[in-house]
Amino acid sequence: MGMTITEKILAKSAGKAKVEPGQNVWLNVDVLMTHDVCGPPTIDIWKREFGDRAKIWDKQKLVIFPDHYIFTQNPQANRNVDILRQFASEYNLPNYYDVGTDRYKGVCHIALAEEGYNIPGTVLFGTDSHSCTSGAFGMFSTGVGNTDAAFILGTGKIWEKVPESLKFTFDGELPNYLTAKDLILQVLGDITTDGGTYRALEFNGDAVYSMEMDERMTLTNMAIEAGAMNGIIAADSVTDKYVKERSQKEYEIFQSDNDAVYRSEFHYDTSKMEPLVAKPHSPDNKDTVRNVEGTKLTKCYIGSCTGGKLSDFKSAAKFLFGNEVNVPTFVVPASTYVAQQLEIETISGVSLKSIFENAGCVIAESSCAACLGGPMDTVGRAIDGEVIISTTNRNFPGRMGSKKSEVYLASPLTVAVSALTGVITDPRNFL
Amino acid sequence: MEKIIKGKAFVLGDNIDTDQIIPAEHLVYSLSDPEESKMYGKFALSGVPLIKSGLPDGSKAFIAGDNTESEFSIIIAGSNFGCGSSREHAPFALEKAGVKAIAAESYARIFYRNAVDGGFVIPYESTKKLIDKIKTGDEVEINLNTNHLKNITTGEEFNLNPLGDVLPIIEAGNIFEYARINEMI
Ligand code: SF4
Repeated sequence: MGMTITEKILAKSAGKAKVEPGQNVWLNVDVLMTHDVCGPPTIDIWKREFGDRAKIWDKQKLVIFPDHYIFTQNPQANRNVDILRQFASEYNLPNYYDVGTDRYKGVCHIALAEEGYNIPGTVLFGTDSHSCTSGAFGMFSTGVGNTDAAFILGTGKIWEKVPESLKFTFDGELPNYLTAKDLILQVLGDITTDGGTYRALEFNGDAVYSMEMDERMTLTNMAIEAGAMNGIIAADSVTDKYVKERSQKEYEIFQSDNDAVYRSEFHYDTSKMEPLVAKPHSPDNKDTVRNVEGTKLTKCYIGSCTGGKLSDFKSAAKFLFGNEVNVPTFVVPASTYVAQQLEIETISGVSLKSIFENAGCVIAESSCAACLGGPMDTVGRAIDGEVIISTTNRNFPGRMGSKKSEVYLASPLTVAVSALTGVITDPRNFL
Repeated sequence: MEKIIKGKAFVLGDNIDTDQIIPAEHLVYSLSDPEESKMYGKFALSGVPLIKSGLPDGSKAFIAGDNTESEFSIIIAGSNFGCGSSREHAPFALEKAGVKAIAAESYARIFYRNAVDGGFVIPYESTKKLIDKIKTGDEVEINLNTNHLKNITTGEEFNLNPLGDVLPIIEAGNIFEYARINEMI
């Protein structure tokens, strides 16, 4: 009986020839990532538990990105960043990306990819539920709480239960009105918000391998919305090229065996799929854009680790080029690198940044911003009973701010055309 | 470790997410300051919509008035308990409120790990739906030796899934104690 890619990577990390779903194993961690919300309590627990003997297991493997509550006057939020800064200078940490310096990167999951920390075949843990994003690089990555992170910080080890795998195969070409976001909203609608609990979601098929890394990350990012432990896409030449441009590290590429065992398998023909939304108030509340077309909007939002990558802005800009938005529209590049690229990438000689500015969008600085509501002064935060369409990943009550607001999750194409009309609109109307 | 946990049940439905367990606006309090951390008990389960708070009737306060501890020490819930963010404040808040154990049909992975590894509450899985067998306020007893849950009020008994591989961590107290006992750290 063969093994899945997830099983192979966990076996290697645990120093075993073979592992099976349900088995608890102790893993050697390759990267521990934390940020401004969970970093300070993690450091507290590490100091409390290890006391005078507290030692960081491997400074090269600890990566810290302040990204959540950054551009705010909120004193507790700023105190958290101060704690990280002090910790980084006290221990002389090489991989701390401080706010207010040119090292500042923005949203952690995207910065991990850009800075060359995502390496096929490795194991990454992060104190953030969307740490599953890195699985797009053919690696195992998942989120943990502060206690587990503190344990890793001191030992480099952590236990994990080997997950069963679910396999999602997307065959066919991806039509120009669909993006990875539509695909993952379909999966969430089909398996619901606990369909992946303690499981791995493995993505496969021509449509997936035709995607660039940005788009693949949208699929793995939202694996946690099904409750999954990890999302994973085996590395190919596209992955290899992306990684080699950013890292000198040697790595091993793993593939699932042909006789690997899956709990269940799902097949989709992308040529028959439609643009989708997740209606308020759950990411699995799937509907077609056609069915909710005409819903009046008060705000549009393009940003976050799910929908604030360069590919997302390229998709949106195609529709916004030469047009003006009809409702307030916020553009929040996930990372400072993406923000720079908006000035460099062009359509017919016009930079993406100018396209968004000319269309009347508000362009904010890179951070998590209103994806999770944030302090009251956060740019794009949901107010009162607003109706918002957003490229983010969660629409639980109050997630983007006000508990009274209603949030629809959709692809950057659907959000862009809806921004132009002021009501939810199918991108096929504009093709 | 206590092998018999006895207390009043508080019954909740499916998909109780971390925002319902402890709403994000309360995450500013210190977890390590003994006085300030009581606020987590005070606001535990304060995000649960009123009609779903304390089933089957709802509208029951988990925390009465200005208290920081609850009269209910065992939570009975449906599936996917603790879904949402990775915030460890969620099981911490339940512990602060005096909760000793939960019997839910299933848990979100990060909540489950946090509950066990931080030693906050014992997360038992029920083998079938209990939320229509137990009412908020019923006296219940969980036996860790036999993995049984008894509704003392009605006399009914139910099986719970054995804690399995995580039992040694729960018995040790938390992941750090477990590692010390096993000379890993
Ligand atoms: S952008 Fe949103 S989902 Fe992504 S890490 Fe930040 S808060 Fe979480």
